Amino acid sequence: MQTVKMVVTGPFSAGKTQFIQSVSEIDVVATERKISSEEERAVKSATTVAMDFGRITVDEDLVLYLFGTPGQKRFDFMWEILSEGMLGFIVMVDSTRPETFREARSILETFRAYAPTPFVVAANKQDMPEAWDMEDIRHALRLDAETKLLPCVATNRDTVKTVLLELLFSIMQEMESGK
Amino acid sequence: MALRGNLRDFTITQLLNLINLAGKTGTLILEGPAEQAHVSFREGKLAYARIGQDDGSLASILHKANKLNANQYRAIADRAGQMTDKELGLLLINAGYVSQDDILLNLQSHFSDVIRRLFTWVEGFFRFEAEIMPPEDRINVRLDLENIIIEGSRELRELEQLKDEIPSLDMALKFTDRPMKHVNLSVEEWRVVSFINPKNTMKQIAQTNKMSELEVRRIVYGLLQAGLVEMVRPEGVVVQQNPKTYPTQDKEEQKTLINKLIGRIRTM
Repeated sequence: MQTVKMVVTGPFSAGKTQFIQSVSEIDVVATERKISSEEERAVKSATTVAMDFGRITVDEDLVLYLFGTPGQKRFDFMWEILSEGMLGFIVMVDSTRPETFREARSILETFRAYAPTPFVVAANKQDMPEAWDMEDIRHALRLDAETKLLPCVATNRDTVKTVLLELLFSIMQEMESGK
Repeated sequence: MALRGNLRDFTITQLLNLINLAGKTGTLILEGPAEQAHVSFREGKLAYARIGQDDGSLASILHKANKLNANQYRAIADRAGQMTDKELGLLLINAGYVSQDDILLNLQSHFSDVIRRLFTWVEGFFRFEAEIMPPEDRINVRLDLENIIIEGSRELRELEQLKDEIPSLDMALKFTDRPMKHVNLSVEEWRVVSFINPKNTMKQIAQTNKMSELEVRRIVYGLLQAGLVEMVRPEGVVVQQNPKTYPTQDKEEQKTLINKLIGRIRTM
């Protein structure tokens, strides 16, 4: 059995666990704990502390694993371990919480430094009325025109599939360009 | 029990605080990631500091502060080899090259800079030797540690914030399409800008300009915020694919694998 992996990263409460849940054929193996900080508990009650783990079986010889990183900064020692040997990564950002954009930018730069693999940025919760416009998010995250920034709703399987496909297209493009 | 340990467990700030509160006399020896530092104290006050290859002599400190030109510095190094810093200081004052205040202010500023650099050390070992006094041939100062600790802590916080923005100095920089015509840059900023090239990492730019991690991050952060530069992977660096990424090292098989993944996700 051959296995490959992709990493889904992003700030606290960006929707990483939900993203994996939407396409995983198994129930996501989540390592969640109740949140102790009152400020963070106002956003959600439990958070990932080690990793989330989802699976997509391609055929009897090939399986794609999706790993979600813990979003809280104090668990960032896990990031490098999880990023090892990834095909590429997805940075998720909550379009309704501009206060997390700076952290998303920092996570993106950290992962770029870990591994020279392709990546895409998924702007989650684009169905919410308070979601920022895609172009504004691009500026806020200081993404250049070549970086793929994709609208996403982590609970909607189709948009999650689009994000995964765009990352795979980027991986293929990089392979063909011989980089 | 000897005062020794690891900087990961006991930070520079905590060490200076302890030395200050306990009014200690002696020398703190720090083994950092790339260099060693010696910092001497008398009754809890900073007396002398030296880092790395720097000899910490009065002549080199005055030369770095542009109080002595290159010829004067060379002449002193050639002719005053056996002279102590106190003797050299008197000679320079009597000859009218510098004043007593010049000497004291420059020494204080140099020693404070050494301590500021130490604040960025988060890895390494330390030991405090109560028997080792500052070198006798050097001029000692008496600097209160409180202000240095407050300033250092402030800079440390700034460095942590800047590390969030610029996590790795192994990345390179390139100019964006915005013209730099009407931008007013400081001398330090120009020193960084003149080396911006996708081939140069930020670490190399800092080393070439003899800048600390904090200094180069601070300048790059400003340039990034102004949208004048962007971070890129350094050009010309052969990127090794992690052998664990694909179950096969054959490029065609890798492409087939990606196509299979695309096909599978499309049909989900």
